Amino acid sequence: MSIIDEVLMKKCFWNDQNGSFFPEMALDFMPTEKLRQVQLQRLQATVTHSYNKVPLFRKRMEDLKLKPTDIQQLSDITLLPFSTKKDLRDTYPYQLFAAEMKKIVRLHASSGTTGKPIVVGYTQEDMEVWAQVVKRGLLAAGFSSEDIVQNFYGYGLFTGGLGVHGGLESLGATVIPVSGGNTERQIMIMKDFEVTAIAGTPSYFIRMIDVAEKMGVDLRKLKIKRGLFGAEPWSDGMREYIEKKANIKAFDIYGLSEIIGPGVGSECECQSGIHVFEDHFYPEIIDPETLKSLPDGEEGELVLSTLSKQAMPILRYRTRDITSIETTPCSCGRTIRRIKRIGRRSDDMFIIRGVNVFPSQIEAALLKAEKSLPHYQIILDRKNRLDTIEVKVEISREMLSDNIGDMEALKKRFSHSIEQILGISIMVSLCEPGSLPRSEGKAKRVLDKRQQGATL
Amino acid sequence: MIIPQISVFLINKPGRLHALCESLAKANINLLSMTLADSGEFGLIRLIVSKPKEAVQILEDSGLAATITDVVACEVSASKGGLAKLLSTPAGKLQIDYAYAYPTPSKKDVAVMIFRFNDPNVAISKLKASGVKILSAEELLQDDP
Repeated sequence: MSIIDEVLMKKCFWNDQNGSFFPEMALDFMPTEKLRQVQLQRLQATVTHSYNKVPLFRKRMEDLKLKPTDIQQLSDITLLPFSTKKDLRDTYPYQLFAAEMKKIVRLHASSGTTGKPIVVGYTQEDMEVWAQVVKRGLLAAGFSSEDIVQNFYGYGLFTGGLGVHGGLESLGATVIPVSGGNTERQIMIMKDFEVTAIAGTPSYFIRMIDVAEKMGVDLRKLKIKRGLFGAEPWSDGMREYIEKKANIKAFDIYGLSEIIGPGVGSECECQSGIHVFEDHFYPEIIDPETLKSLPDGEEGELVLSTLSKQAMPILRYRTRDITSIETTPCSCGRTIRRIKRIGRRSDDMFIIRGVNVFPSQIEAALLKAEKSLPHYQIILDRKNRLDTIEVKVEISREMLSDNIGDMEALKKRFSHSIEQILGISIMVSLCEPGSLPRSEGKAKRVLDKRQQGATL
Repeated sequence: MIIPQISVFLINKPGRLHALCESLAKANINLLSMTLADSGEFGLIRLIVSKPKEAVQILEDSGLAATITDVVACEVSASKGGLAKLLSTPAGKLQIDYAYAYPTPSKKDVAVMIFRFNDPNVAISKLKASGVKILSAEELLQDDP
């Protein structure tokens, strides 16, 4: 029996103060040497499992003349081939699954370029791991079973809502599965249900702050003490604003569907970076250009490998998120390493209201609406503290009609086509030919005003 | 009998109309009539000019999206009920997208109206059958100095 199994067998004792100790939490404090041992053993098992069950992985290993037995130590992970989002698209829907369908108990999906989503699957054991890592994140942020938690992450195919929900239930908190939307009702619930903690996307909560103000509800006077926020990058300025306006502590939870969903890592009470639950997800940093591994402390692209996933093990997944692994130990005493909060990405993907968007998706939508691709620009902004997305489209002679109604209909066709793919409302505006900026060869497709100037 | 009208897409921003007029002025093209339809965010400028084909080329060269639309110009009595009488003919039952008056400073008793009919050719034959005088491009653009 491994040290982890031993810990897991145990339960809280009658005289443990609520929130002060849960056996799962002990994994965060494992001696580093032991942790590395667990990681190596799990990595070897994951590589063997993938090699046996996933044809794409096996082929890539064979191309590199690698056998699972070649992974002798943790640093041998760099021998393994990378995987990318394209792999998930190319194998749609189930070809990366390493477990029989009868063992799969849950599917989630996210939006894709061509209208086909990316599908991820979970076995019962994967679900337990997922709930456990989210629970560890909640515990690290000071949530306890006494909390009444309003979860306004979107429920459904998106991993956010149900992922956090599982962790909250596992913790024993009172969950309000309100999902996103209907902001006034959210505020009412927050007040009337005496909510003590919240979870969701930071941009949506910022919207709630505004609405609450308009409704005459002072969030600072409610019982909310803390919030777990994620699914999109958010600045320290946003954190400051949320904490001040709602008088709560705001914690960052990190994750991505390809790996498991929310719960890959989470912040502790020190709020000084995201602790990666590295007994389940092994982090590496690489140079996105040369693909060479970088030592801890250096900034580069985060690469993650699942160490326990059964349904869909993913090795060396290129997240495109730019960060670095902290070298100094956290004052909370956790031995699992921290990454810096995510600020930017190495590709052109952007996140708006929790939805991952590639400019190519918008391009495909415009093409679908008008047959030929117009010149366009995507402008991201933050108005009234809510993220907005505007797509400016240059009018060409072919698109021009003498009829205002036709032009308005063209605009609607564009916005409808984009909204169908992204699932969020956007604004389309038409503009004159040649009026959008063009730069040396590569068009500047995305203008992100959210990071400029103001702290929000 | 069809009059070539130029339609131009302009973004609703200060100075854009001036830029358009300036490029036509430089090319020595006379603006005979103009109307502006706006949607808030953008506008469609409709122009009748002395040299339509040349004008479209010039506007496109200056980076604007411009196109030619077929409209019909007809004379209408410049007295009370003149337009009502014209529209009481079968042509008045047709779909008219928009219409505007064309300036005729030299004539006191007749006015000229420009109509954008959904189907200009059907409109022309109906107007003719009702005895309405339809102006040709040559006639309309003749007082070009």
